[in-house]
Amino acid sequence: MPILQIRQAIRDAMKEEMERDERVFLMGEEVGYYNGAYKCSEGLLDHFGAKRVIDTPITETGFAGIGIGAAMCGLRPIVEFMTFNFSAVAFDQILNNAAKLRHMTHGQFGVPMVFRGPNAAAHMLGSTHSQAFEHFYAHIPGLKVVAVATPYDAKGLLKTAIRDENPVLFLESELMYSVKGEVPEEEYLIPFGQADIKRPGDHVTVITWGQGVPVALKAAELAAAEDVSCEVIDLRSLRPMDEAAIIASVKKTNRAVIVYHGWPNGGVGGDIIARIQELAFDDLDAPVLRVCYEDLPMPYAENLENLILPSPERALAAIRRVTYKR
Amino acid sequence: MTQSEAAPDAASDSTVDAAYEAKLRADYDGQSREDVLRDYREMLRIRRFEEAAARAYTRGKISGFLHLYIGQEAIAIATQQVMEPGDRVVSTYRTHGFAIALGSDPKACAAELFGKAAGLVGGVGGSMHFFDKERGLWGGYAIVGNHIPVAAGHAFASQYTGDGRVTLCFMGDGAVGIGPVHEGMTMAGIMKLPIVFVVENNQYSMGTPLKRTLPVEDITARAAGYGFASDRFHVTSVQETRRRLGEAVERARKDGKPTLVELITYRFRGHSMSDPAKYRQKEEVERWRLNDPLERTLMALKTIYQVPEAELDAMDETIVAEMDGAYEFADKAPVPAPEARFENVMAEGPYYGDSATTRPAGVE
Repeated sequence: MPILQIRQAIRDAMKEEMERDERVFLMGEEVGYYNGAYKCSEGLLDHFGAKRVIDTPITETGFAGIGIGAAMCGLRPIVEFMTFNFSAVAFDQILNNAAKLRHMTHGQFGVPMVFRGPNAAAHMLGSTHSQAFEHFYAHIPGLKVVAVATPYDAKGLLKTAIRDENPVLFLESELMYSVKGEVPEEEYLIPFGQADIKRPGDHVTVITWGQGVPVALKAAELAAAEDVSCEVIDLRSLRPMDEAAIIASVKKTNRAVIVYHGWPNGGVGGDIIARIQELAFDDLDAPVLRVCYEDLPMPYAENLENLILPSPERALAAIRRVTYKR
Repeated sequence: MTQSEAAPDAASDSTVDAAYEAKLRADYDGQSREDVLRDYREMLRIRRFEEAAARAYTRGKISGFLHLYIGQEAIAIATQQVMEPGDRVVSTYRTHGFAIALGSDPKACAAELFGKAAGLVGGVGGSMHFFDKERGLWGGYAIVGNHIPVAAGHAFASQYTGDGRVTLCFMGDGAVGIGPVHEGMTMAGIMKLPIVFVVENNQYSMGTPLKRTLPVEDITARAAGYGFASDRFHVTSVQETRRRLGEAVERARKDGKPTLVELITYRFRGHSMSDPAKYRQKEEVERWRLNDPLERTLMALKTIYQVPEAELDAMDETIVAEMDGAYEFADKAPVPAPEARFENVMAEGPYYGDSATTRPAGVE
């Protein structure tokens, strides 16, 4: 099976879907002649031409809105944000137009489109460029929110996102574009709302997604050295969320730790805890813990950033706490 | 220049003096009686619909915000007249006028204001969110300025699919300072989209006059920066507005060149029903009233076309009855079923948009 980087899996997904459906186009800053700020669209301009691979000026509100308006007319836009940090500029378009137009028009219009790009902290980019946006978008009815951590998942989920009839927020990771993995040559799709058990285990459920996945997997490895067996569940989609997978695992392990990028207050982590206490209250043998950003803006200085980011060591400490091994 | 001085030249009092009549005759030169009667009837339908809305609001039948278009009706009527099938109007929260002009059922419009299931959008939108896709009304946007990029997106889709349609995007003078307007226009200019941006300058951004919100009073001065054509004029009649909007629509359709049009107009009511409009003088309102396109058309019908009072009264009565009937219907119509709140949040089937070119072969 071919080994691809995540960026190549993303490119292949877009290329295949653009070949399959003429309504699909890619729009964003530097996606064309520059071949993508992170090379996710490498070669697409040459292959499809400037009609379908469209460089925009720095106008997140402008091109997010153009995508929405085009989707309402029946096209299938893929809008790339150079980073989801810039999606904040287009937040009103996503919140008030993409998410609401189907409802507000009583179904007269739909907004079938994808917003994609890297999300969360990378390395030493400072507070404005180091934020996790799934916590904002997963809050909003009318949207779907997906986060990927492997080339296989990236390709299968992006193809699903492009074919979806709803606005999909597709979250990637700048630090993980070079992560390699097997990707089948034949076509496949991964449905939304299906978590993937990235590592089976019996003692602690570790729930994660996106950039949290490698952190959780490393922590599980460290825990295994202490004879604690972790089940690492990659949610992959946060809205819809595979509640059944979470609950089934927690009923087995009776313990859960959530590892993710983003702040603790008001985020997806707290939402998962709410679901667990509601649906598996009697199965819990320990409080559910979160390993995420400290509740602080991200500093540039490397040592400070490392203190704030979720690390395998901090995740391991949480795993020890829920197993009362400390 | 004060706001009141910005009003177009008009007679000094409400009687028709010779100068006023001469101007009127010049403006209506070449217009047929039938066309002028039609324009009057269509404008009057909007006005009577909205006057009934104001009464229903006062009686507590309508909640939320209610922004009336009274004084600006000629714009919606002229717009309808320059559109071809499939052309799209994207507008603001002050949008009843476009709905009525484009042929939306006043019953559905009234029911929407009343929050009823039979409303234009099932009672989920209210006054600020009117959409009637079948008739070319593509919103209905209540966040000031955030529809400008979306409208540019419709025009982009026309360019992409070659469907030959034009998008007409309306906004108020109060919108031109907000970011999305600049970004949407920048994109439209770069991509040379088939779109007409129309600023309905009704003199006030809510309660704040133009001179306190605009660094340069002529909004069309911005057109050059986007590579648009521009036009700017007082709206005093349907026919002049039709002629000049028509040129902009033609430019969009034939040449793919956007135009920024500033229409100088006036709303006779406050910003919304909760605004008594104490920020302006009675004299200012009266001066504008002489140039109210609806009043001028009525005057033309009486003085130039010699239409008998009885005929005009009968027309008015018919319209009042139609609108009263619409509100009666709305009042009696059932509220949405409890389950209706779950509808249309997520897609339940494929969506193909409005264009044959975006539809796979064999799909109706």
